[in-house]
Amino acid sequence: MCTVCGCMEAKEGASDHDRDHAHAHAHDGAHPRGYGHHHHDHPPHEHAHEQGASHDGGGLAGVHVPGMNARRIIEIERNILGKNNEYAAANRARLAAAGVFALNFVSSPGSGKTTLLVRAIADLKADCPIAVIEGDQQTANDAERIRAAGAPAIQINTGKGCHLDAHMVGHALDALPLDLGGLLFIENVGNLVCPAAFDLGEAHKVVVLSVTEGEDKPLKYPDMFAAADLMLINKVDLIPHLDFDLERCVEYARRINPRIEMLTVSARTGEGMPAFYSWIARRAEAARVANRAAE
Amino acid sequence: MHEMALCEGVLDIIAEEATRQRFARVRAVRLEIGALSHVEPEAMRFCFDAVSRGTIAESARFEVIEVPGEAWCMNCSKPVAIARRFDPCPACGGYKLQVTGGDALRVKDLEVV
Repeated sequence: MCTVCGCMEAKEGASDHDRDHAHAHAHDGAHPRGYGHHHHDHPPHEHAHEQGASHDGGGLAGVHVPGMNARRIIEIERNILGKNNEYAAANRARLAAAGVFALNFVSSPGSGKTTLLVRAIADLKADCPIAVIEGDQQTANDAERIRAAGAPAIQINTGKGCHLDAHMVGHALDALPLDLGGLLFIENVGNLVCPAAFDLGEAHKVVVLSVTEGEDKPLKYPDMFAAADLMLINKVDLIPHLDFDLERCVEYARRINPRIEMLTVSARTGEGMPAFYSWIARRAEAARVANRAAE
Repeated sequence: MHEMALCEGVLDIIAEEATRQRFARVRAVRLEIGALSHVEPEAMRFCFDAVSRGTIAESARFEVIEVPGEAWCMNCSKPVAIARRFDPCPACGGYKLQVTGGDALRVKDLEVV
């Protein structure tokens, strides 16, 4: 069930649900002689049950109906994240149609994600529309900071949840002015573990690591660094005061993900931010070209 | 604890299949969990116990098939087995590996009545 609104996850957008079709097989030698396997895709039993009633011989007076022993193995072969991925695909199609380039910012709490976004909004808002989705367990503080910087923002409170999922983001998209195109920044819940597993429909995950954290974070939280396409090493203005080993950090991240790109920035002083903006411009252009080719 | 959300995903799949394939009770759930996926099998087990209470999968046996990790080594130009994401190539010791398998998370089958 949806943790945002309690809705029952009505499917948005077209998604190919039927590719997950399953087959029914009967097993365990439970067939009386002369009965074959059910290898068709019709349900093996065509009659209805009261809830809780079953055919495993434990029914009324232990009556066992030959041929009706229904203990069976059903092959499912479905990705547990399949539903999230369907929502993510719908979000991605919607963003592409609107010409919006979306980035999903992930990091531990306190790496400076919000400050980074506030700085980027101040520097870029004159050139292109920017919208923001903020994810936190509680409070609307971050969305308020983003709005004060001049961009529309939707706050998602996940409550006890540890990550944003694609369904929540789909709802947030409903409330944002996407028709303008431009950029969408999604600031995920501060957590280097869980958000790695959930595709939100973004073009890229951007992992933010600040130099006040250990340089071995990529080794400690490899899933996140494997899922990201760009690592922003933030708060580099503090390096003179710290023992952070930048080279080693880069080496560790490349061990986990040989293709990850890397930029050093300071959201506070603005150092390195132009290189990040160029990266966004390049990747957004590449995405536009790819979308056009796909049409 | 994203394992909780993932277990809810397992229950969603079970509920859909119960309607489609008409079963009333789940006796066993078998998952395939890749060594390089995002979850800890024991955490999944713990969460599944909690979220399946009061559902048709309550008290179901929870079995995990662990799928080994596989990667393509760019130096050796061949597939290699790895246990963790930051493991080096067992042949050349390099880190230029692209994960090719063992990162999935799937409901394989159900034993139902």
